[in-house]
Amino acid sequence: MVSKQTPSAPRGEGPAPSEDTAGLLRELVAHLRQKRTALREEWARRITQAQLLTAMTEEEIFAEATSVYDNYVEALETGTFEALQAYARNLSERIIPRGVETHEVVGIVLLLRDVLARSLFAKYQEDFEKLNRILDAYEPAANRIANTVAVGFVQERERVIRQQQEAIRELSTPVLQVRERLLILPIIGVIDPQRARQLTEQLLRAIRTNRAKVVVIDITGVAAMDSNVANHLVQTVEASRLLGATVIVTGLSPEIAQTLVTIGVDLSEMTTVGDLQGGIEEAERLLGVKVVVITEAN
Amino acid sequence: MEVPILKQGHYVIASVQSALTDADLRQLREQITERVGRFRSKGVIVDVTVLDVMDSFAVRTLRDLAHMTRLRGAETVIVGIQPEVAFAMVQLGLSLKGVATALDLEEGLAFLDARAREHLTGGR
Repeated sequence: MVSKQTPSAPRGEGPAPSEDTAGLLRELVAHLRQKRTALREEWARRITQAQLLTAMTEEEIFAEATSVYDNYVEALETGTFEALQAYARNLSERIIPRGVETHEVVGIVLLLRDVLARSLFAKYQEDFEKLNRILDAYEPAANRIANTVAVGFVQERERVIRQQQEAIRELSTPVLQVRERLLILPIIGVIDPQRARQLTEQLLRAIRTNRAKVVVIDITGVAAMDSNVANHLVQTVEASRLLGATVIVTGLSPEIAQTLVTIGVDLSEMTTVGDLQGGIEEAERLLGVKVVVITEAN
Repeated sequence: MEVPILKQGHYVIASVQSALTDADLRQLREQITERVGRFRSKGVIVDVTVLDVMDSFAVRTLRDLAHMTRLRGAETVIVGIQPEVAFAMVQLGLSLKGVATALDLEEGLAFLDARAREHLTGGR
């Protein structure tokens, strides 16, 4: 860039950008409008060539390319990015579930930037001075557009991830009552500190509302355990005891048992039983409940 | 604020009404250990339902209280610890090891009754 006439993004009106820049941008926009079909096709072709957006068909890519192109030109013309931002969010919403990656979105926007810049080179190759000034006007706006779209995409993705994490979290810690005053907490998956905390809080609340005396925590579905997770478990057991409930832990796999003994975690405070059935039987014993099998009279 | 200490049959019940200062806690500990002997009580229930904070001093005092009353022949049950308080306690490493706990007053009484029965049948 030769000179920096427009440090901030150019706007169509207002005193900030010089008249010159606004005029150049107008000229630029007119050029892009005129060459709309050719440039759009060129862009879509380059996207396919670069093997971006492989999750989408060529027709879809072309349709999206058209919308992005028009929004892009409009953002250049008006200098306002709200419409583009909204479109970027909307686009992200549609393409994220199809597995489109961040690098692809950044890639296509940069490609468009490249395609447009090349067409400018072609148009103004005779007049180097003019080309320079046009690029001065174009580059900051184009950068900002690329930035807007990429940030929009990433934000949308993060939002989706947050939402899914929440959903998983809510699904993953059911506290079930199997008998009067007996709760079961089956834990499946990875226990991280955050989940351990949430799990404990949920269990404690359930103990109080159900007036539970015994809780069976089944960790058959926990693949691995380290000293942190073991400590969380010990804390959960201790906190439950403070509410007057006895905790029985069941389903420690051979691997977990070996790990715990090897790393020397002290679980002597904890009642452990081999499997869930054994745990429930032990709980029934503690509750003074006996299950009697009624044989059919025949 | 002073904690009312009530005699109920063979048990002494202290029902905490508001947040306690260290002095209040010490006084509670002394009064209960004294009354356990005077009433010849078999059990003590300390209801802490209203407490939404339990610091290390409170936990230690309650633990000491339980051990002291045990030496004087009465089992202490701490009842009504809130879930949030229980969680905070284990996070801070404050434990009530060796002290009986129960969900609420009713559970605490049931626990002491069960213990008394055990005692009777075990003695035969």
